[in-house]
Amino acid sequence: MADPMIDVSGAALLDAADDLVAASPGRQALAMFVRNRAAVVGFVLFVLIVFMTLFGPTLYGVDPFKIVWAPHTAPLDTADAAPLLGTDYLGRDVTAGIIGGGRATLTVAAIAAGMSVTIGLVLGSLAGFYGGWVDIVLMKVTEFFQVLPALLFAMVLVTLFEPGVWTIAFAIGVVAWPSTARLTRAEFLRLRNLEFVKAARAMGASDLRIILRVVLPNALPPLIVSTTLVVGVAILFEAGLGFLGLSDPNVWSWGQMIGSNRSYFLTSWWSVTLPGMAIFVTVLSISLIGDGLQDAFNPKLRER
Amino acid sequence: MRAVIAKLGQALLLIIAVIVLNFLLIQIAPGDPADVIASASGGTTPEIMAEIRAQYGLDQPLWTQLWNYTTQMLRGDLGQSYFLDQPVSSLIAARIGPTILLVLSALLFAIVGGVFIGVFTARRPENPVSHGVTIFSLVGYSMPVFWTGIILVLLFAIRFDVLPPSGMTDVKFSGGLVAKVIDIAEHLLLPAFTLGVIYLAQYSRLSRATMLEVLGSDYVRTARAKGLGERTVVYKHALRNAVIPVVTIAGLQFGALLSGALLVETVFNWPGLGRLAFDSLLRRDHPVLLGILFMSALLVIIANLLTDLAYRLIDPRIRVGG
Repeated sequence: MADPMIDVSGAALLDAADDLVAASPGRQALAMFVRNRAAVVGFVLFVLIVFMTLFGPTLYGVDPFKIVWAPHTAPLDTADAAPLLGTDYLGRDVTAGIIGGGRATLTVAAIAAGMSVTIGLVLGSLAGFYGGWVDIVLMKVTEFFQVLPALLFAMVLVTLFEPGVWTIAFAIGVVAWPSTARLTRAEFLRLRNLEFVKAARAMGASDLRIILRVVLPNALPPLIVSTTLVVGVAILFEAGLGFLGLSDPNVWSWGQMIGSNRSYFLTSWWSVTLPGMAIFVTVLSISLIGDGLQDAFNPKLRER
Repeated sequence: MRAVIAKLGQALLLIIAVIVLNFLLIQIAPGDPADVIASASGGTTPEIMAEIRAQYGLDQPLWTQLWNYTTQMLRGDLGQSYFLDQPVSSLIAARIGPTILLVLSALLFAIVGGVFIGVFTARRPENPVSHGVTIFSLVGYSMPVFWTGIILVLLFAIRFDVLPPSGMTDVKFSGGLVAKVIDIAEHLLLPAFTLGVIYLAQYSRLSRATMLEVLGSDYVRTARAKGLGERTVVYKHALRNAVIPVVTIAGLQFGALLSGALLVETVFNWPGLGRLAFDSLLRRDHPVLLGILFMSALLVIIANLLTDLAYRLIDPRIRVGG
C-alpha cells in the first residue's frame, strides 16, 4: 500500500512541478477534483441551491403559504403578475414554494447527517481500534440498526413524538449511521497495525490521541465520500417523511409540497413535478460531488 | 451446519431485541396508553381507567410488562388495533402478501437486469451504453422514489393510458385464474419498476465493476487458453463471481427496499403493509405501526438468513471456510 505522502512516482513529481507548489495529498486531491467537470458542476449547483435557500425567500418576498393567484395556474402564464412557475390547487405560488421549501430539507439533512456521521465515527472507530469484545458488542448494535427498516422506524418515531425539525432530524440520524460505522471500523482495522500507529504508541501517545490525531486523519478520504452519501440519503428521507405528511405542518418543505398536491396532479402537474425536480437536483449535485471526491482521493487515478 | 445454527441463534436474539425496542418506544412515547385506549372506546371515569389498566396489565411492574409483552409477541400475538376492532396480526397477515410480491418482483428485476447490463457493458467498455450506466446510476440514486412513481403514472397511466395507475386488481375484474394473474401483473408492472429501477442502476454498476475485474483474472485467461468458447467463459466461469457481490448487497439492502416499498405503495395504492402503515399513521394507531415495524424487521432478518444461505450455495469457498 503506497502512502500518498511519499509518492515519488514520475507522474506525481510532474504534477508537483506543474503547480510549482509542494503537492500535499489534499492539494493533489483538490487539483483532481477541479479537473473533474461533473464534480465541478455538482459543486456549483449545490452552492447555488444553498444560496437560494438562504437568501431566496427574502429576495423573492412571497410567503409560500399565502394564496396569491387563481388555483391551478399553469407555469409561464401570460397574465402580467402570474407566478412564473404557476400556482397549486389552493392558488399558492409554486415559485415561492420551490425557493422556500429547501430550507427545512437542508436543515434537517445537515443535522441528521452530522448526527449519524458522529455516531458512526465514534462507534466504528472504537470497534475497529479496540477489537475484541468491544468490536463484537458494537457490531451487534450496528447489525440491529441495519435490520430495522429505516424509513418505517423514522415514521414510528415521528408519529409517537411531535413532528418538529429536531424530531425528524433525530429520527433520520439515528437510522442512517450503520454504513458510516462499518466503513470507519474497516478503515481502523486496516490502519491500526501499520508502522506509524505503532510508532505513535511507542512514543507514549494516549489511545484518544492515536484515534483522533493518528488514525482518523488517514481514514478520512473514504469517510468524506460516504458522508456525501449520508447527506443524500438524509435529504431523500426528509422528503419521504414530508411526502407522507410527517413533517412540521408550519414549515414549508419540498416533500410536503408533493404530498399535499399529489391528488391534484392531473390538473396541475407542475405543483408535483417541480418540487420533485428540486429534490432530485439537490441530491444529484451532492452525488456528483461525492463521485468527484472519490476519484480525487483515489491515488491510482491520480498517477495516470 | 454449526454455522447455520449459530446464525439462527443470532437471528432469534435480533428478534428479541426488536421486541424490546418496540416496548421501549411505547414506554417513552408521551401519553398514557390507557388514555388512548379509553378515548378510542368512549367514556373515561377513574374506574374505567383502572379497569383498562388491569385488563391490559398496565398496573404491573415494568419488568413483568416487558416479559409479558415479549412472550406475547413471540407467540405471534401483536396486540389489538386501537382503531379497527381487529388483532394486529390478522391486519398484517392480510397485507403482507402484496408487499412481498412487490418487493421480490422489484428485487428480481433489479438483480437480473442489473447483472445483465453489467455483463454487457463490461464486455463492451466503449459502447455508449457503458457510459450511460454511470450516469444512469447517479440519476437513479438521486430521484425520490415517490416522485418517480408519480411521474411514471402521469406518463404511462394517464398520458399513454397503457397501464393501470393504482391498486392491485381491476375493480370490474371478472375471469379465470390466468386472467387474474395477468391482471395483477399489469398492476404490478409500474410499482415494481419504480421500486426496482434505483437498485437496477446500482447493481449494474456493481456487477460491471466485478465483471471487469473477473474478466482480467488468471482463471478466466486459463479458461480461454484451454479453448473454451467465449460464451462458456463469460456465462459459466465469470458470471458466478460477478453475481456474488450483487447478492450480498441485495441482502443488505432488503430493509431499504422495504422502506422504499412503503412510499411506492402509498403512491400506487398498492394494498400492502406500506399502505396499512400510512393509514395507521393517519389514525395514530400505534399498535399497528409497531406491529408492522416488528414484521418488517422480521422480514429483513429472514432475508439476511436466506442471503447467507444463497452465497453459501454460489460460493464454495464460504462453505469450506465455515
